[in-house]
Amino acid sequence: MNVLIYLVPMALLLGLTGLIAFLWSLKSGQYEDLDGAAIRILPDDDISPENKRE
Amino acid sequence: MAETLDLSMFVERGEAGAAHMTLALEGVACAGCIRKIESGLIKLPGVIDARLNFTQRRLAVDWRDDEINAARIIAAIEEIGYRAHPFAPERVDADDDAEAKRLLKCVAVAGFAAMNVMLLSVSIWAGNVSDMTQETRDLFHWLSALIALPAAAYAGQPFFHSALRAIRTRSLNMDVPISVGVTLALGLSVFETAAHATHAYFDSAIMLLFFLLCGRYLDLAMRRKTRLFAGNLASLKAEFAHRLEGSGELVRVPVAALHPGERLLVRPGERVPADGTVIGGSSAIDDSLVTGETLHRTVGAGATIYAGSINISGALTVRVTAAGVGTLVEEIEELLQKATAAKSRTVRLADRAARLYAPVVHAMAALTALGWLAAGASVHDAIVIAIAVLIITCPCAIALAIPAVQVVAAGSLFRSGVILNSGDAIERLAVVDTVVFDKTGTLTLPEPQIEDTADIDPDVLERAARLALSSRHPLAAALARAARERSPYPGAIEEPGQGVRAMIDGSEARLGSAGFCGVAEEAQGAAAPRGDASIITFVHAGKVARIAIRQALREDAAAVVSALRERGLRIMVLSGDRPEAVAPVAQALGVGDWRAGLTPTEKVAIIEELKSRSRGVLMVGDGLNDAPALAAAHVSLSPITATHLAQAHADAVFLGDRLDPVLRALLGARRARSLMLQNLALAAAYNALAVPIAVAGLITPLIAALAMSGSSLLVTLNALRARVRL
Repeated sequence: MNVLIYLVPMALLLGLTGLIAFLWSLKSGQYEDLDGAAIRILPDDDISPENKRE
Repeated sequence: MAETLDLSMFVERGEAGAAHMTLALEGVACAGCIRKIESGLIKLPGVIDARLNFTQRRLAVDWRDDEINAARIIAAIEEIGYRAHPFAPERVDADDDAEAKRLLKCVAVAGFAAMNVMLLSVSIWAGNVSDMTQETRDLFHWLSALIALPAAAYAGQPFFHSALRAIRTRSLNMDVPISVGVTLALGLSVFETAAHATHAYFDSAIMLLFFLLCGRYLDLAMRRKTRLFAGNLASLKAEFAHRLEGSGELVRVPVAALHPGERLLVRPGERVPADGTVIGGSSAIDDSLVTGETLHRTVGAGATIYAGSINISGALTVRVTAAGVGTLVEEIEELLQKATAAKSRTVRLADRAARLYAPVVHAMAALTALGWLAAGASVHDAIVIAIAVLIITCPCAIALAIPAVQVVAAGSLFRSGVILNSGDAIERLAVVDTVVFDKTGTLTLPEPQIEDTADIDPDVLERAARLALSSRHPLAAALARAARERSPYPGAIEEPGQGVRAMIDGSEARLGSAGFCGVAEEAQGAAAPRGDASIITFVHAGKVARIAIRQALREDAAAVVSALRERGLRIMVLSGDRPEAVAPVAQALGVGDWRAGLTPTEKVAIIEELKSRSRGVLMVGDGLNDAPALAAAHVSLSPITATHLAQAHADAVFLGDRLDPVLRALLGARRARSLMLQNLALAAAYNALAVPIAVAGLITPLIAALAMSGSSLLVTLNALRARVRL
């Protein structure tokens, strides 16, 4: 059962990382325009014409 | 006349000439739009940033005031191909946004805690039937406490605050039993863990919070979505007024920026932007949105006019008066105050359930403890079992039963064009047995329509309609909608209050009053048969056409009224218009029960009288004069074209030119209410099954977890059935 001594903190730490990541994404406004985010990746005019041909 | 546009009330000023404004956009539909608008604006000198929120269809622009101004930015967006309307963010919106963020944080914390505690709990349940040592179990219980206690203290706040508020006002809501249950479950678990017991309820408490927070967040998200949409619509509709400055200069300002004492110019064809007194000019005024009266009123200097009326013939100079001045407005304000006070007395279904539920479960827990004591159990055992009863009855399913249906039904109504202003409107709509309609603008379309044109040569009609494009007169606008060719005749001249003339194919054509067209005698006879129609005369190349224009019924009004009647509802028409105008409408709809020429006070009196005789009165109306009646009725609907005051007091607003959203709203609400009652029954059945087990002292945390999530899932799934196409 000694394995618990590092398994349990590890599990908690992983969960906590997820929670903090979510709170950070919430704070940085990533949920304010869900539809827009889906569409903004479509335009590809930031790629130069030479790269497009390749 | 040159005019400038003053948008300063929408602009937020920052430091050093920085300015910010939010705009509601029309026509944004595709991926390309975002880039086109944003890059088009950022190119402009002085614009610092432009960011389009595609979900909200709102654009946030920052710029430096010394290089560019708000009016130029709007013009630039128009050049790109979209219409932008300045948007004044409301306090409610900001509050809602903050509340949604706070709830989402609570959901995240509760979700994190529920997952981790459940991880430990499953291990304990498995260990209890195999070889787990007591030390390991205690360690896992303490770890659960370490996660659950701070998480509940944080994520439970929405419930604890609401429960405290309810208790302070000496009432009960669902949050009271929730808070009591969660607190006791956590307290008992800590106590039991300290005593090395087998069972602790950390997982139940935190899971309960997680489920309820999810429900609450969805509820708020739905309300935010409808409010957002309504906010955009409001700014699309927002009107501008022409303000006369002291120097004689004319400035276009948003109506919300007007102050009492300012002078306005109201041109023919424009809507009167604010209540005021006429100080110059004379004209005919269409008061139909204010009083329901379709006959035009002649006004001159000294007359009082109200916001929402349409100026028909001559330009007027108006001095703005403070809100609430003038007999009609005062009367309406007073009636509104009384009606709103009366309305807050209706009790919501969820609160009724809570009032019944909380005392019953708390008494049952107390009785259980006493029963076990009497049967010879120890004080510790009796209290543990009593608290187990509270945990198992903790109203997860009951608290979700009604909001879940509300969220789904509100979404379903939203898609069929009904925007709810208040969450409990669905419950009140469902019990309606009397429907009262206003006539003007509600049963009829808000704008006049041309009457049957079968006996007019289509060619002549087309020419008349094209000529009407050059006129600002409201009646001409109705005729202009019939034009297939959308370009006006070149060189058309409008003579205000008279008509329009232009040269067509080498000869003069005239459109307007009979006198203007020189055919006065004949026209009088033709106007007679239909009492409330207005006649426009068109003369060209010796041909004379008389086109009747009148308030037309909404296309599906008769079908909707008869469908409502088939479902056993009593229909009534209450109008402020003349009896001659109301009678044909009532007859066309087959409504025998109608009154005409009513004042707002009389409308309210009739509604009150109906309320005393029926279970629920639905008022559908749009005018300023309907606002008190809308507030007085059990529940009320307004078309989107209604006056601001009417919309503010309606429980829901419907979109479009058709009346059938009224029927859909009623049917959807009835279905939603029956689902709510079903859900309450399901929750009660769950309690009837689970409570005896708890009272018998046979509950383990595993059973509690299964029972609780099972019942919550069941009511949520049942609520999804409200999502049918209406």
